[in-house]
Amino acid sequence: MTTTVRRKGEKQPYAYLMPFLGFFALLLIWDVLARFSGWSREVFPGPVVVLVSMGELLADGTLVRHTVASLFRVTVGFYLAAALGIPVGIALGMMKATRSLINPLIQFLRPISPLAWIPLAMLWFGIGDPPAIFLIFLSSFFPLVVSTTIAVDGINPTYFHVAANFNFSRTEIITRLVIPAIIPEVVTALRMTVTISWLVVVAAEMIAVQSGLGFLILDSRNALRMDYVMDGMIAIGLVGLTLDYLMRQLGDLESASWRKMTH
Amino acid sequence: MGRITIEKLNKTYANRRKDPRSDDDPLLRQGDRVVVLFDIDLNIMDGEMVCFLGPSGCGKSTLLRIIAGFEAPSDGRVQINGKPVRGPSADHIFVFQHSGLFPWMTVAENVGLGLRHLKNRRDRQEHVSEFIEMVELDGFEQHYPRQLSGGMQRRAELARALAVNPDIMIMDEPFSGLDFLTHMKMREEVVNMHAFIQKTILLVTHNIDDALIMGDRIVILGGSPTRVIMDRTLDFPRPRDFEKSPELSLLRSELFLMMGVNYAV
Repeated sequence: MTTTVRRKGEKQPYAYLMPFLGFFALLLIWDVLARFSGWSREVFPGPVVVLVSMGELLADGTLVRHTVASLFRVTVGFYLAAALGIPVGIALGMMKATRSLINPLIQFLRPISPLAWIPLAMLWFGIGDPPAIFLIFLSSFFPLVVSTTIAVDGINPTYFHVAANFNFSRTEIITRLVIPAIIPEVVTALRMTVTISWLVVVAAEMIAVQSGLGFLILDSRNALRMDYVMDGMIAIGLVGLTLDYLMRQLGDLESASWRKMTH
Repeated sequence: MGRITIEKLNKTYANRRKDPRSDDDPLLRQGDRVVVLFDIDLNIMDGEMVCFLGPSGCGKSTLLRIIAGFEAPSDGRVQINGKPVRGPSADHIFVFQHSGLFPWMTVAENVGLGLRHLKNRRDRQEHVSEFIEMVELDGFEQHYPRQLSGGMQRRAELARALAVNPDIMIMDEPFSGLDFLTHMKMREEVVNMHAFIQKTILLVTHNIDDALIMGDRIVILGGSPTRVIMDRTLDFPRPRDFEKSPELSLLRSELFLMMGVNYAV
């Protein structure tokens, strides 16, 4: 009888295979369901059919083109939301007087689904990228404002006393106290909102544009190509996985992880 | 220069209590205000180390926060070097009870906060390491506060306060939460530092022994509302030892009795 004691942090061999095992199980179940469902392959294509058609879409560049189009919209909308939402959140967090003025408005607008804005967005911005970007912006802007405000509000008041004690200027209070103090929370908020905006882009593309993964799915449905629909879904999932991974890396940066470091 | 003059200082807070606690204490209730500090008069000389003692919640910290400029007095005047206190300033640095170090900055960056006026990078770094060495934290410059032990964090904060070269250092229970040995060592360090730099130091403590060992002067706050109930200058030579100085030992018993402890061990 032998017992092995593993040191902390030491991974089991083949641990990196675990996530792939999950995907493999999913493929297997999918295949079995598709075979025994009794539906034709046009209605419920199995994994093999879908992967083959994905090869086709990759080969003629369609999939890449649509993915890039979607990513472009998400990037622009998301950056706009971050560039405006975080400063607004900091301002609201620091000026308690204005907060009671603006906060109810934000809480009122927040629960309105970005999808409810679609008719207005199309009317105002026409067809193409602008309405989709506008919707993505809306979906990320409010959550970012709210989380940033809460983060600023949660800063230990002692730090502001220290800042006053060391004669911090107004700019220094923001750059050397508020911003570093809220980075961990803001990174978490960014991680959440990038997922939301990725959800929204697909819905937006089903309506207003002629490109993107949402459009690919809708277009394939009209052509009754369920295998292409599934290809679109898979691409969405893979991109989502990558975005989340990238955001997690952001959370591991030194400036974002001061809260986690314990001795 | 760190001369502090406090004249007729009162501090009241809004009373949240609906019913009066007692009717027979007119001072405690002035309208719907609770009097926390009443008629405090103190004159603190430049370079004096003054220890404030008093029961919990008597307003010791409030008094220090008023001197530091974080709070305004309700009545009366606080002047530093003849000028009224108008708010926090780098001339009178407050060392916080719980760590006031910025957790997102390394020890060196924290200590550097007080040296931002030095534009020359090398100059600044030299000063930073000088103060870090003074509190014996060399080798920990690039550590973040939470990677340090409690005692090291206090020392880092001390270094940060010293680096500004303030006229006055205000310490609110600087040794609370430290283990016994670290407490003793830090106490010794503060005494040595005071002998070395000769700054005015105001120190709030619960610990009578700390006050007796360290203080040039002991101010005891107490009563309801809080007044100065004792103000005594200690001219015992340092290092002080209760066993070797019967006078000090007597004073110690007196203080313990005053604070409501009959047998001091």
